[in-house]
Amino acid sequence: MFKLTHDPLDSVALRRALADPDAGACVTFEGWVRNSNEGRKVLRLQYEAHGALAELEGNRILAEARSRFPLTGAVAVHRAGTLGIGEAAVWVGVTGEHRDEAFSAARFIIDEIKARVPIWKKEHYADGSSEWLNCATRGEHAKGEPPA
Amino acid sequence: MSAGARGSRSVKLQYFAVLREQRGVAEETLETTARTSSDLYEELRARHGFTLPAARLRVAINDSFVPWDRELADGDRVAFIPPVAGG
Repeated sequence: MFKLTHDPLDSVALRRALADPDAGACVTFEGWVRNSNEGRKVLRLQYEAHGALAELEGNRILAEARSRFPLTGAVAVHRAGTLGIGEAAVWVGVTGEHRDEAFSAARFIIDEIKARVPIWKKEHYADGSSEWLNCATRGEHAKGEPPA
Repeated sequence: MSAGARGSRSVKLQYFAVLREQRGVAEETLETTARTSSDLYEELRARHGFTLPAARLRVAINDSFVPWDRELADGDRVAFIPPVAGG
């Protein structure tokens, strides 16, 4: 299950919901809001999503993970709205019989979320400026081709 | 819903992130003669000065990703998807 939420992520409750007597491994990942990016001091992040499409694409990613790896459970939740430094923006949890598949699936899911789910983030900087990430039209991303 | 005069159609546009800010609204309804979402984006880009070229966007119609050459139908809900940055 993939969900978007405006509420703070409760990692204890999320982890508890994965409890499963068939599972021997649980890997969780949290993405946190960091106070700097590429040398600039960041004050807060603003997340925006295409809600319906984000949940569809997120659930597609979880289904792909379950077909690639022998998992017993997979959950991901992403925040929307304005987040302060240190808040969790995304939480991924997977369970499996063994650790190999749990580690691999967690990595797969977070990488695919970052690459595919229609969620955007705007960084607000200490100097008063702000910027939508990946949307600049100069520099490496401006050449029209996604990174290989 | 019926198609308007001379092949025009009414579509609902949804804007996100940098496109929402450049357009100044999150959504609008538009009568257009654009045949495909690609034609529609070029029309809007010229009108509103969107900085992102279509090559860096994806397009979704009625909450599904579709190819740029998909023909528009009356009543479609069209979202242009800027490069994503979740996580």
